[in-house]
Amino acid sequence: MPNDPSEQNRGPVPPGRGERAHRVVVPRRGPMLVDGPVEVELEDGTVVSSDRFRVALCTCRLSERYPWCDTSHRRRR
Amino acid sequence: MSHDRDDLPDRHAPELPAPRGPLSAGVLALLRGEVPPPGPEGADAADPYGDDLQLALYCCYELHYRGFAGVDPAMEWDPGLLTVRRAMERRFLAALRRDVPVHDDLRSAVKELLTEPAEGTSVTWFLRDEGELRHLREYAALRSVYHLKEADPHAWVLPRLWGRAKAAMVSVEFDEFGGGRAERVHAKLFADLMADLGLDTSYGRYLGPSPAPALAVVNLMSLLGLHRALRGALVGHFAAVEITSSPGSRRLAEAMRRTGAGPAAEFFYDEHVEADAVHEQVVRHEVIGGLLEEEPYLEGDVVFGMDATVFLEDRLADHVMACWRANGTALRAPLPDTVAAAA
Repeated sequence: MPNDPSEQNRGPVPPGRGERAHRVVVPRRGPMLVDGPVEVELEDGTVVSSDRFRVALCTCRLSERYPWCDTSHRRRR
Repeated sequence: MSHDRDDLPDRHAPELPAPRGPLSAGVLALLRGEVPPPGPEGADAADPYGDDLQLALYCCYELHYRGFAGVDPAMEWDPGLLTVRRAMERRFLAALRRDVPVHDDLRSAVKELLTEPAEGTSVTWFLRDEGELRHLREYAALRSVYHLKEADPHAWVLPRLWGRAKAAMVSVEFDEFGGGRAERVHAKLFADLMADLGLDTSYGRYLGPSPAPALAVVNLMSLLGLHRALRGALVGHFAAVEITSSPGSRRLAEAMRRTGAGPAAEFFYDEHVEADAVHEQVVRHEVIGGLLEEEPYLEGDVVFGMDATVFLEDRLADHVMACWRANGTALRAPLPDTVAAAA
């Protein structure tokens, strides 16, 4: 079947061949937004993953759920 | 009666609640098919934030969601019911237009929402620091009138948006509805939380015990969702919810952990910390940004939707905290101590 979804799962697709580039939004303030699913490799080598449609990656390093944003970057009164 | 769906009741539809005054008594009698509709005059005499009007309005709106057991589904578009509903909506909306302090522009409204108090005294702070299981159970019961249909009121806006705003709104709603997986639909995650807390997870079970300020929060969503003319306010409302949800959810997750409420109870709020940190960004930049690019004249409505949400949430928080500080119940009647485990 030409449209069999399993066709898409035959190993990694070389860059630029059939897959759209993943967009990353890098704002001046606030988390970096990446189209999911993503795997993030942390400093100690652990890999965490999220299959959300978009993920917010912490850039201020204040998050208690690093690497995911938990809005800890916000100003406090 | 000749209604054609009497023989096809919705197995999941809740029972009708007890009336809370003449207006809700009239609406409930009409829903049971007993009497002619109450005249719109009743709405003009009722307290716009009170139990009678808020319950009557909630019941009118519920026909667009799951309906009620024994109520003809065709009542959803009954002209008599819609007439009295319109009178109640006008009364409610006029009160909000009069009472809600509205920011001058979007920038200042968003800035205030983004600023967290270093130490708060409201419900989520109280629950984090000193809430007991009985408080968490009451909080979940009165929030269930929304969370068991979480994100449903916002789906009404989809046909009223287009371009960037539509694409972004759909993607956030897709996440709310579990990203294609039934077990991850947020309403289902909330039912799991309720089960951890020993509450009845049946849809609509806690409508009767929910006080007017809790119903008003949900009625605002339905009002803004069902009227295309209020699409800007619906988007503003949704943004206010998503912006304030993540820090509040973090405190509630801590409350669930500290009290040992259970894994599903913790997970519901843990999930909302991360999900809503994403949703906030998407709603602010893509949904609001996209909407105002197409229809810049809606900025005032977006701001009104944000500020009305904060206003009604603050009223609910004041009600809940006043009841709890007086060692009473925030519901209309206390919950039974033990509830048979929900199926």
